Amino acid sequence: MSHPSNNISTNQPINYSTSQLLNYTLHLADNTLILAQRQSAWCGHGPVLEQDIAITNISLDLLGQARNFYQYAAELINQSTNQPINQSTHQPATEDTLAYLRDTRDFKNCLLVEQENGDWGKTILRLFFFSNYQYILYEKLQHSKDEQLAAIAAKALKEVVYHVRWSSEWVIRLGDGTVESNQRMIKAIDELWPYVNELFINAAYENALLEEKIAVDISSFKNKWLEKTTAIFDEATLQIPQDVFAQSGGKQGIHTEKFGYILAEMQFMQRAYPNSVW
Amino acid sequence: MIDTKVINQEAVLKILETVTDPEVPVLSIIDLGIVRKIEIYDAIAKPPSVGLRIFITPTYTGCPAMDVINMNIRLALIEHGFTKVEIKSVLSPAWTTDWMTETGKQKLKDYGIAPPNIKQQVCTQEAFQKEEAVQCPLCNSYHTQMISRFGSTACKALYKCNDCQEPFDYFKCH
Repeated sequence: MSHPSNNISTNQPINYSTSQLLNYTLHLADNTLILAQRQSAWCGHGPVLEQDIAITNISLDLLGQARNFYQYAAELINQSTNQPINQSTHQPATEDTLAYLRDTRDFKNCLLVEQENGDWGKTILRLFFFSNYQYILYEKLQHSKDEQLAAIAAKALKEVVYHVRWSSEWVIRLGDGTVESNQRMIKAIDELWPYVNELFINAAYENALLEEKIAVDISSFKNKWLEKTTAIFDEATLQIPQDVFAQSGGKQGIHTEKFGYILAEMQFMQRAYPNSVW
Repeated sequence: MIDTKVINQEAVLKILETVTDPEVPVLSIIDLGIVRKIEIYDAIAKPPSVGLRIFITPTYTGCPAMDVINMNIRLALIEHGFTKVEIKSVLSPAWTTDWMTETGKQKLKDYGIAPPNIKQQVCTQEAFQKEEAVQCPLCNSYHTQMISRFGSTACKALYKCNDCQEPFDYFKCH
């Protein structure tokens, strides 16, 4: 495909707007990769077979989005500087080098997606928070002036609709279920709520791309997100917490302690046996 | 072997019809509607030879069959003498089951998989909606129920017929 807005000859040094576009693309990619990685740990451990298959298929959707975003990011890197992401290997950037060879500080995912799975309730709640956000984001991003980001968002949106529905149903089922399931959902809300606010704080790379109508001004959609969350929580007999200290930093590469463990597991093979393939 | 000097879209299409979906082997990639465009261009002047650009679109974003399909397209074309083949992925407009051919839908049904409904009936994020009415591919009854939204692949759901009691796959409307 052609991307008229990014036609940069290979000899030019990296330019400001390209690097912001790259950061934004990596942010979108990292969100989906890390959540896919977290959720795929449920494979073979789901509460019932049908739901085990559901969560792993949803993870596959997310991984597919990640691949599309990383392929685009690699294209931007290779076009703009000819500098490989991993300078020591002198290979061009690919979706794999971006996923397997970057370090903690290079990842720009929001803190929410890296939180531990906990029990089924916490995993569901994290997906509900994230899908609800992603639905609002992609609905706008499909009209981005960047053709490739728009195409990825439009394609993924069809799948995200289902992620929202599936996770909403489970939040209601568990919140309005037994005393035990209700207590677990309340605990999950306590643990995850501090990471919600970060979703709606624009990073520098998002702000830089607003004027060109490439990035979505996600800061203006928190109320829309809260509305949907409140509606589902009402049905689930759950409460939206008030005045909770909000954590942030993931979008800038400052992650929680658990993040290193995700990379350790996910990247081990490529680190130990470089260039190994299936 | 096709004479690569005189080549047209139809001849290329014929070759692509032999490439099947590895996960639903009764369907060709043409039946699936994922081949969006074929470009034929002059690759080398001497000796005259043509190059091909095949534009395909993925079904589901994370569909692992796409990598295999890419390779199979390349192999099928090489077998017919086309060595210069580029396969390009197009994401927009997003694939929909509406692009599946009628022949393809019939082939699915004969294979025991319920073909996708024409219009998506459940396409919003609202919780606890009534599930789609899906016809049993074996006894044609609509008295069926969903067992699992995801079946053996992301594109299929698992259903059960309440009349003939047989379980079956439904190729989901997408």
